[in-house]
Amino acid sequence: MTRMISYEAKDTFIHRLSGFSKLVFFILWCTASAITYDTRILLAMVIAGGVIFALSKTRWNQVKTVFKAVMFFMILNLLCIYLFAPDQGTKIYGTRTLLTHTGNHYDLTAEQLFYEFNVCIKYFTVIPSIFIFLVTTNPSELAASMNGVGIPYTVAYSVSIALRYIPDVQGDYQRIKNAQQARGIEMSKKASLPDRIKRTASIIFPLLFSTMDRIDVVSNAMELRGFGKKKKRSWYMKRPLKAGDYIVIIISAALVLFTILMNIRNGGRFYNPFN
Amino acid sequence: MKKKFGIREVVAIGIGTALFVVLTQAQIPLVIVPNTYLAPRMAVLAFLSAVFGPIVGAVIGVLGHALGDALFYGSVWWSWVFPEAIVGIGIGLFAKKFAVREGGFDGKNVALFNLIQILANAIAWIVLAPVLDIVVYAEPATKVFGQGAFAFLGNIVIIGILGSILLAAYSKIAGKSSGLKKED
Repeated sequence: MTRMISYEAKDTFIHRLSGFSKLVFFILWCTASAITYDTRILLAMVIAGGVIFALSKTRWNQVKTVFKAVMFFMILNLLCIYLFAPDQGTKIYGTRTLLTHTGNHYDLTAEQLFYEFNVCIKYFTVIPSIFIFLVTTNPSELAASMNGVGIPYTVAYSVSIALRYIPDVQGDYQRIKNAQQARGIEMSKKASLPDRIKRTASIIFPLLFSTMDRIDVVSNAMELRGFGKKKKRSWYMKRPLKAGDYIVIIISAALVLFTILMNIRNGGRFYNPFN
Repeated sequence: MKKKFGIREVVAIGIGTALFVVLTQAQIPLVIVPNTYLAPRMAVLAFLSAVFGPIVGAVIGVLGHALGDALFYGSVWWSWVFPEAIVGIGIGLFAKKFAVREGGFDGKNVALFNLIQILANAIAWIVLAPVLDIVVYAEPATKVFGQGAFAFLGNIVIIGILGSILLAAYSKIAGKSSGLKKED
């Protein structure tokens, strides 16, 4: 399936950064986006994220389908919030400015609209950081740089294996699915719920058991090569952290600190334009 | 399993996570409540936790959920990522007792497995995920508890049926090869 985002080698400033600093950036960026509801910070992050995304020279085609999926889930979520809690905005901002006047529980308020706008731009702060991280990070280099900053290499290796084997397992999944289809199992979306569960099981059984075999094969191969015997190992893809990496890490940490300070100064996580 | 965290565990985390990520696309939407699914990947998480223990289970849950959602949906909903660890740890703690690889996953263990998974899922999706949603994302309580309850139901059904069958079947196959005896 082409729906998945994957790494693509290019030569930009962002590609040259170490995988570790991009991981730190990604995690801290998401943290900052999660802890604040300050519209000004969020908007600044949307713009900054957009600029960085443009700098990474990612082709739109690479992320188009996934982007559409995010939009779909975002709209579902926004509708769902309105359906379950049309007064969440009033609860947060303390005022109630009616925009429609049907006298009904579901009257639209300016506060609700503003709250949902914040939820919406929150998505747009996180999306570019995810795309950038996934598209510009080489899995082997990520493992090497994680080990380089003191994370045990067994842990770094687990992450590397996960990223390395996703395409393989994905291939197995497609092949098994095609094979079951050839045997006449209905794979379309038309089937009823019990049928869909049954057909999913018909994929998972062979897939899981072949995965268990693969775990045995790979761990035996690694054991034969003496993996885990020594405290250290060397990496083919290793690159030392450069000035650019330290700058990225410091900026990400500063961003989180800044959002926390703003939360304290605002006396809460919300920026309230209604007072 | 002499060492607690050996090569097999490292590889199981890696390839298990890959499998969990790939199965993200096999989710069956529960139409009634938006953004909740009948997730076959949960059955696989339960399976791997029961075979390889709590650390492997927790890491596969967290890493797999974050990566899978990022790769297929382009956004990571952190408050629903971390509860996966509870499910993995909860089931994984009883890995020794299940003795799946030794062929010991039979009637009594199936009951224990289901009891544990229902408890772990309840803590994860009825309590932890909605509370994190409210704390982290300031989402309306009614909505998130609704979603949590449905996620809980979906997960216990899929783990209860698919997970139990997978474990019983694998235990039968893996247990057979234990005919050799160690020489002193």
